[in-house]
Amino acid sequence: MQALVIVAHGSHLNPDSSAPTYDHADTIRDVDAFDEVKTGFWKEEPSLREVLRTVESDEVFVVPMFISEGYFTEQVIPRELRLDGWDVSEWDSDGLSASHATLTASDTNQRVHYCGPVGTHESMTDVLVRRAESVTGDPTVGTGFGLAVVGHGTERNENSAKAIEYHADRIREMDRFDEVQALYMDEEPEVDDVADYFESEDVVVVPLFIADGFHTQEDIPEDMGLTDDYRTGYDVPAEVDGHRIWYAGAVGTESLMADVVLERAAEAGADVGDAVEVVRKRTRGSPAAGD
Amino acid sequence: MHAGQLDALVDAADGGDGVDFDGLRAGRDGDAFQFRTPHTERADLSEAEFREVAESNPWYVSNWFYWTREVGPEAGAADDEDRHTAIRDGSNARRAFLRWAERADDHGVPERYEALADGVTREWGQLCVTATVGDHGERRYHLRHVADADADADLSSLDVYAAPHEARSIVTYDEKGRYRPLKTAPTLRDGWAFPDLDGRSLVETVDVVYPATIPNWYREREGCLDVTHWDETAERQTGIYDIVDELDEEAVEWIAESCCVDSQCLKRRMWDADEETELDTDRGDGVFPCREPCSLVVAAARKWTTLEREESRTYEFELTPSEKEQVEEIIDAVAEGRTDEIREADVYEGANRYRARFLRAKQFDDEGNLSGTPTGDE
Ligand code: SF4
Repeated sequence: MQALVIVAHGSHLNPDSSAPTYDHADTIRDVDAFDEVKTGFWKEEPSLREVLRTVESDEVFVVPMFISEGYFTEQVIPRELRLDGWDVSEWDSDGLSASHATLTASDTNQRVHYCGPVGTHESMTDVLVRRAESVTGDPTVGTGFGLAVVGHGTERNENSAKAIEYHADRIREMDRFDEVQALYMDEEPEVDDVADYFESEDVVVVPLFIADGFHTQEDIPEDMGLTDDYRTGYDVPAEVDGHRIWYAGAVGTESLMADVVLERAAEAGADVGDAVEVVRKRTRGSPAAGD
Repeated sequence: MHAGQLDALVDAADGGDGVDFDGLRAGRDGDAFQFRTPHTERADLSEAEFREVAESNPWYVSNWFYWTREVGPEAGAADDEDRHTAIRDGSNARRAFLRWAERADDHGVPERYEALADGVTREWGQLCVTATVGDHGERRYHLRHVADADADADLSSLDVYAAPHEARSIVTYDEKGRYRPLKTAPTLRDGWAFPDLDGRSLVETVDVVYPATIPNWYREREGCLDVTHWDETAERQTGIYDIVDELDEEAVEWIAESCCVDSQCLKRRMWDADEETELDTDRGDGVFPCREPCSLVVAAARKWTTLEREESRTYEFELTPSEKEQVEEIIDAVAEGRTDEIREADVYEGANRYRARFLRAKQFDDEGNLSGTPTGDE
């Protein structure tokens, strides 16, 4: 028996934080690729300390719903899951390349394939593009459009900026959008000045965040000038300094994210059959999770 | 009982150690079969006779089949050491829970089947689990809120669900629409039912409502619940929670009293200040144990750690005796979550809104300082 456990941050204050994790778990549960699909959280229940106890399988694939490698993926999750002998060198990563490591959870004796975070997986690039498609309602969106990938910034973790640059570069290489730019909340180039960084009239702005919350729902829309007060909402697209800004909200709520989770597990050795293709097909055209 | 179950029993009696389960014993000695229950004892049976006897004891057969074939056999621990360091909760916990649900450890098969015909009901936190048995011994489970336990068997007044994960829509918000960060808070809303679950989906649904309570309860029953006390939990914290190990034992007592008592959380607190130092606060009466301070408590403790760093100062306030009592009543009403229950016009209650507004109008200056006394810089 093999199980998938998706681990995420969660929140004591806001149910939106865990909503995408539940949605993606449901999508994967529906394609029957695993005997069990469970979720565990730092701030919600079951806690990371106890989630493995809720799993009957001996073989467990753990995929972190985090954007970057760093404090949570390197310290908190392995410690709380009690992954015996974990050392970050197991991932042999440059901050972007963590794939997986196989360890034993001392609490339950299960074999745990601990995967790198979803945010640094190459297929996350496709999710960013899909997000642009879903927010514009145009599956061919690209020509005449600019795309901004927005990250938190280096204040907390330099790997987080690496992930933003990585995906921005990859989208640029696709030659699909007229312009692609990485922007940040806390450092230059800042999302506040989004209009200055683009010549295209239409700009899709996608925050590389797992869940919608304070930053994606309040800070970023206000900083970009989409609205003076997030509570009054904003249009999509909204006019800002002569540009039409298509603000997409957190990429993690895009239903195609389930595919990234599956790919992480498959690369760690999970037998997922044709689930990846099925998820790709099913999540296309279905409304984005959380919308 | 159906034919497949009987065939399975013949096979099982025929092979290996035979069958010994819930009072049913069946096996083979040479060419002859035996069939035994607390009420029947037959030996020297041909296979045809064995089938006939088994057929006249259908409950024992279908009960054996349900527990060993559908729920799955009990998995033994690899060895004793394994039991205590790393116990396999998984399927054993599920099985133990389902047996608990029908009181399998307390009653023999005939009493149980008779009881299951009407439904055996047990409480798990605010959940009410009813087990019933079908024609072939298959168990079906019905789940609803304890507050709806007496609601008519007809489901018309309840929202009916089928799939375990649909329970998320019930557990996320309380009846006032507020987010429930602690799943075991006694604020589960009522008015819903899962009327027809099999064993596996029952356990899954309970796990959505009260995550990880079944495996921890199971470990406790097996005598190997691992408790992580406050000191160890605090010690383990890093990042912004690193500071919580500064709290002294008295403050830890206040934490348990604030968060872990039955009025706030249905888990039975098993953790203490440390291995040697029990807290005085009541552990609670919950069915399922709490094996370590939860993330909500750790997060709250972080705030309390910073608050407890402050030195106390002396302030001078002039309050009438009734005003002092009123302040006490307000704190009490907020702490107990009673403010909503205080009627608009009930000015006899200290925490009545008009009373509080009167006190504020009289005692606060324009900056919101009580008695006009500034808080000071610290
Ligand atoms: S520490 Fe345990 S008993 Fe206390 S509130 Fe958290 S879950 Fe409940």
